[in-house]
Amino acid sequence: MIDRDEVLHVARLARLRLADEEIEPMARELSAVLDHVAKIAELDLDGVEPTTHVAELTGRLRADEPRESLPREVVLSQAPAVSGEGFLVPSPQA
Amino acid sequence: MSATDLLDLTATAATRALASGEIAAGELYEAYRARARADELNCFTWVSDGDPPLPAAGSPLGGVPLAVKDLFCTENVPSQSGSRILEGYLPPYTATAVERLQDAGVSLLAKTNQDEFAMGSSNENSAYGPVLNPWDPARVPGGSSGGSAAAVAAGLAPWALGTDTGGSIRQPAALCGIVGLKPTYGAVSRYGMIAFASSLDQAGPLTRDVTDAALMLRHMVGRDERDATSLQFPHEISLPSAERLDGVRLGVPEELAGEGIDAGVLQAFTAALEQAGALGASVERVRLPHALHALSAYYVIAPAECSSNLARFDGVRYGLRAEGATDLAGMYTSTRHDGFGAEVKRRIMLGTYALSSGYYDAYYGRAQRVRTKIVEDFRAVFERVDFVVTPTSPTVAFELGAKTGDPLSMYLNDFCTVPMSLAGIPAISIPCGLAGGEQGLGPGGAGLPVGLQLAGPAFSENSLLDAAFALEQAFGFDSTPARAGGRA
Repeated sequence: MIDRDEVLHVARLARLRLADEEIEPMARELSAVLDHVAKIAELDLDGVEPTTHVAELTGRLRADEPRESLPREVVLSQAPAVSGEGFLVPSPQA
Repeated sequence: MSATDLLDLTATAATRALASGEIAAGELYEAYRARARADELNCFTWVSDGDPPLPAAGSPLGGVPLAVKDLFCTENVPSQSGSRILEGYLPPYTATAVERLQDAGVSLLAKTNQDEFAMGSSNENSAYGPVLNPWDPARVPGGSSGGSAAAVAAGLAPWALGTDTGGSIRQPAALCGIVGLKPTYGAVSRYGMIAFASSLDQAGPLTRDVTDAALMLRHMVGRDERDATSLQFPHEISLPSAERLDGVRLGVPEELAGEGIDAGVLQAFTAALEQAGALGASVERVRLPHALHALSAYYVIAPAECSSNLARFDGVRYGLRAEGATDLAGMYTSTRHDGFGAEVKRRIMLGTYALSSGYYDAYYGRAQRVRTKIVEDFRAVFERVDFVVTPTSPTVAFELGAKTGDPLSMYLNDFCTVPMSLAGIPAISIPCGLAGGEQGLGPGGAGLPVGLQLAGPAFSENSLLDAAFALEQAFGFDSTPARAGGRA
């Protein structure tokens, strides 16, 4: 069972502000889902390798050569706030 | 040709009529645009208002219009993945899957509504509001590619592009009575698809028939250096032609085709298996012993990957930024609070929890081991049979609001489609009849379409499409709701 404090802890990890009225339903719904998925604890999985990906690919690196990327002004055109040549954000220290 | 006749053409038939000069690309495009603009089902997030694009002379798809799920980036065309957090976003580039189809000659007609970030099974989690099912507007079209499925079923687009992470092409195709194909993982580039769960996401066609699905897939597949997980498809996708299923072995996994499936669905499914037998297929019971744990593994792995993928939405580079925050962390957390809907928040929380210190091994680590068991289950079954056959969805289209108050019950609805996603294998849903037979619409969803799912080993698309085609001819299902007695 997930309690209010755990919800707030996880929300902090996820950089997600939850309104007061969102916290209790979130605790209840996460608990219900986690109770269900906890059934996988019953399986004997000793010695079973994890599957992170079904496509069995390794080392698919392209040559490390400089390439053209999107022009700066095109990228900045989508930003909520810009300053000169960069993204503008509020101060981390405020 | 009259406008009605134009709109009756399948995409494949339209390419032939375009090539022969019997119809003009501009005429076809305008006919669909008029239909799309008159949409009453909320299928679209954007409909083109410019001149119909002119296809290159001799291009194989010759100007057939295409509806594209919102989450595909399309250059200078709104692409929000059904979310408020990407409000106003105009991508500077086009997704590879869309670009390849455009290179083959399709014309972008519209973007389709979807569950936010493809998280949902009913299309009720969209910032644009729910999509309605053309068979009965009081019911959901399924999700997350609900707009794509409803648009094709209602004849508002000849075909549509969708994505499938745990069933998001197959389930809405089933609930709307059309064809939906999830290709082998890696067959189609994910470049430019706004990511949900990267080890599962795959683009695929939603179409009126199996031939159209093959035709669209043919022009989407292939290695793309911008997606390191994309693979060269080992052969060309051919248009299906099989009339019989002699020698084809079908396996019905008891875990996915018995308990938990509604009676009306099971009845249509059983009748479909009899028709498969009449075409010469052998039908046997098989076991996928871990299939019922697939749902649990999926609802750990997909949210875990989503929590990581959606970290990029922070109000800095694109889309929404919350007003009023005075420090950086406050700007992040408020933007994410304002921009994400309830289901997306739930998945981010679930995934973050499953990946957090102290729970990682119990949830994420175990889920990945279950995934290995699922892969092994399918491998063993495909030594005995050619295809696994199940109902696509345990229910027909359910009523709007029926499951929104209980996220777990919504998740449980995905249990027939999720195992194939975890295994990365191709699976197609084709309509196999109406629940409760042909006596028309009745209470409890009788008379609504039922989907049959066929799944095969990785890269078996050609034989899968052939088998689906033979079944489609035998079923003779008319996927036009109006003609088949839908309520819309």
